Amino acid sequence: MGHEYVPEIAIDRDGNQHEVQGWQGDFYGGKLGFWLFMLTEVMMFGAMFLALAYYNSLHPQDFLDASAALNRLLGGTNTVILLVSALTMGLGLLRMRAGDVKGAKLMIWATIILAVAFLVIKGFEWTAEYHHGIFLMHDKLLPESSLPFGQKLFYGLYFSMTGLHGFHIIIGIGLMLWLLKRINAGKVSPEHHILHWNIALYWDIVHLIWVFVFPYYYMIGADGIQMSDFSMIFGGGTNGHH
Amino acid sequence: MSKTYFDETHCAIGHPKSTFMQWMLTIDHKRIGIMYAAVMFVFFFVAVFTAFAMRLELFAPGGQYMDGNTFNQAFTLHGVIMIFLFIIPGIPAIFGNIVMPLMIGAKDVSFPRLNWFTFWLYIAGCCIALASLFIGEGVADTGWTFYAPYSMNTGTNVIMALVAAFVLGFASILTGLNFLVTIHRLRAPGMTFFKMPLFVWGIYATAWIQLLATPVVGITLVLAILEKYFGIGIFDPAKGGDPVLFQHLFWIYSHPAVYLMILPAFGIMSEIIPTFSRKEVFGYRTIALSSASIAGIGYLVWGHHLYTSGMSDIAKTVFSFLTFFVAIPTGVKFYDWVATMYQGKIVLSTPMIWALGTIITFAIGGITGVTITMIGMDVHLQDTYYTVAHFHYAILGGVVFLLFAGMHYWFPLVTGKMYNETKAKIAFYLNFIGFNLLWFPMFIAGYYGMPRRYFDYLPEFEIYHQLSFYGAVIFIAGLIYMFWVLFKGWTKGEATTPNPWNATTLEWHLPSSPPPLENHSKVPYVDFDPYEYKHGEPVVKFNYETMQRID
Repeated sequence: MGHEYVPEIAIDRDGNQHEVQGWQGDFYGGKLGFWLFMLTEVMMFGAMFLALAYYNSLHPQDFLDASAALNRLLGGTNTVILLVSALTMGLGLLRMRAGDVKGAKLMIWATIILAVAFLVIKGFEWTAEYHHGIFLMHDKLLPESSLPFGQKLFYGLYFSMTGLHGFHIIIGIGLMLWLLKRINAGKVSPEHHILHWNIALYWDIVHLIWVFVFPYYYMIGADGIQMSDFSMIFGGGTNGHH
Repeated sequence: MSKTYFDETHCAIGHPKSTFMQWMLTIDHKRIGIMYAAVMFVFFFVAVFTAFAMRLELFAPGGQYMDGNTFNQAFTLHGVIMIFLFIIPGIPAIFGNIVMPLMIGAKDVSFPRLNWFTFWLYIAGCCIALASLFIGEGVADTGWTFYAPYSMNTGTNVIMALVAAFVLGFASILTGLNFLVTIHRLRAPGMTFFKMPLFVWGIYATAWIQLLATPVVGITLVLAILEKYFGIGIFDPAKGGDPVLFQHLFWIYSHPAVYLMILPAFGIMSEIIPTFSRKEVFGYRTIALSSASIAGIGYLVWGHHLYTSGMSDIAKTVFSFLTFFVAIPTGVKFYDWVATMYQGKIVLSTPMIWALGTIITFAIGGITGVTITMIGMDVHLQDTYYTVAHFHYAILGGVVFLLFAGMHYWFPLVTGKMYNETKAKIAFYLNFIGFNLLWFPMFIAGYYGMPRRYFDYLPEFEIYHQLSFYGAVIFIAGLIYMFWVLFKGWTKGEATTPNPWNATTLEWHLPSSPPPLENHSKVPYVDFDPYEYKHGEPVVKFNYETMQRID
């Protein structure tokens, strides 16, 4: 299917020539489309944050108590990992634009490894929470358990939102692997890197959402943390599940 | 004879030999629009006959043909199909696809492959919705709004209906996104925003609503699914949740969705009125900007669905005030249309009488909407047949009637044939009379207190339900006759010229009818307004070889 686009020319009444924009190879249009799509992601997570803020206002103390029980060490480590991965992703795009395809691929691989590390740590975190009886359809979150409503809602939303975010990380890994395949096939190159650009934008939104998820879930209950607690964090690894 | 888009196409994958596979894989926006139309009208008739079954049940008091639970499932199925499968995607997917790129002089939408994918995503959503009929305890019985906590506790297959609505919402988002980028990027040289035809403005405003509102209902449905599956308790008060929060999140989308339905329909009206008045549209800019302001204000009025659900009096007052506010840009449009017709050379072709009929029905729908904006009135009329009649006058008598108007208007463009004008007019009058007889008695019944969604009623309401039933019979006969006339026109009608209506917008300035594969053989430079008439004749004329103006 040969869609090699040759720009068409429209001629006005004075005989001036105007180039017609085609849908083929429209770099700016491709960027615009993906920005708009990311706007829908923001609206989607925005609605969840709205629900979260509403229940926070109904049950402020329950939310603080529940938050205090989350593992800030693992969550914080993940935040750092994700921020670094955003850096590697951005550097990869810069390399690509500068014409260094090999360097770009290296940076994408680095991002993938960091993303996998994020998921592994998340897995440890959820497993630990499971063993403490905090998991969907399990133990303390069952309707008949005596945990206050506010805490149940907090954990329910916590698993929903971090789960949805984790799902986005998995999709991101898939996208990056696909991007590498396209680079190897020569479909993405320094001259034609809209796909790389858009996946980098996707990864930025994914880490941006985490930057809001992390403080709202992990940090609001961190008020009472003392420096001495840190020895316990480093010793036990599951701080706060009293 | 030159080749048209029926003869050749671009495909998403390769280029298969068989015509059938060429249709399945096509990325041509015109073909995709036709496929949407075919699927949507099948669903439309399924929902119409579901509604007819309910009318039959309501013909006399007491239960005759179905029990209460079946009735609940019937109106849910009717609502879900009509809203999510037909009206919300309807006009953008059909005419947004077929004519919007032609109107702005584009060869296709910005992302033709995404357009193809979106169509199949829509089909997937339809399949899930249909599958919920047969899997588990049958189709949901919650009404199309899925209100918690009932939807959290009913044993019917709510999860599948929610998943279907989510998938369809996703398709809607991608369609809107595609159109936004198309309108921003692919307008013909010289076509500024204020030189775009008004239908494109309608699609543009709609696309923003699709993009910004749909994700909110999407995530609300996901939260409802998670709640039903994992028992999180976000919306169920028995688990600490708040059912009113569900209503807020639901209507933040679903009220703008009402404008998402009506704005492209208004766009069709704005095309038809100047064309058949042979006059430049009155107040082009105000019509264009009123679409944008309706889309904007539409975000701020969702609370009027919750007057009786529990809100502070201040919130009610604010939402009531803002709701009145939407009437202003809507009124501006109506006055502009009437002013366009003033002293025009009015041609009463079928599209025009559909548009004129819609002015009447939508005015009734709109004015009854203003009455239930008032908090006191709403408390009295909430969940009665008055609201049902208002909704159907606005959406069926507004959106769907204009969809039919557009179907007649663009019929020669899409098919290259002409339908039988006299028969098409008879079909209109059947529809119009049947429609009014069907819905008008409900205003009275609702005012006297007939509640909606009940499968039984007191004997005093019998007369209204029987009038409605006769109206329904005439209306359905009219619908079938209308589609029959159009079908006959397509198969046996006379061939037509590219511009049978003497219209002025770009989609009528094509080298052939039906259009060739990549639309305009050559893209014109647009240095004229969309509706220029002088003494009842279009001003702008083209040499179709070079697409340069010859007037």
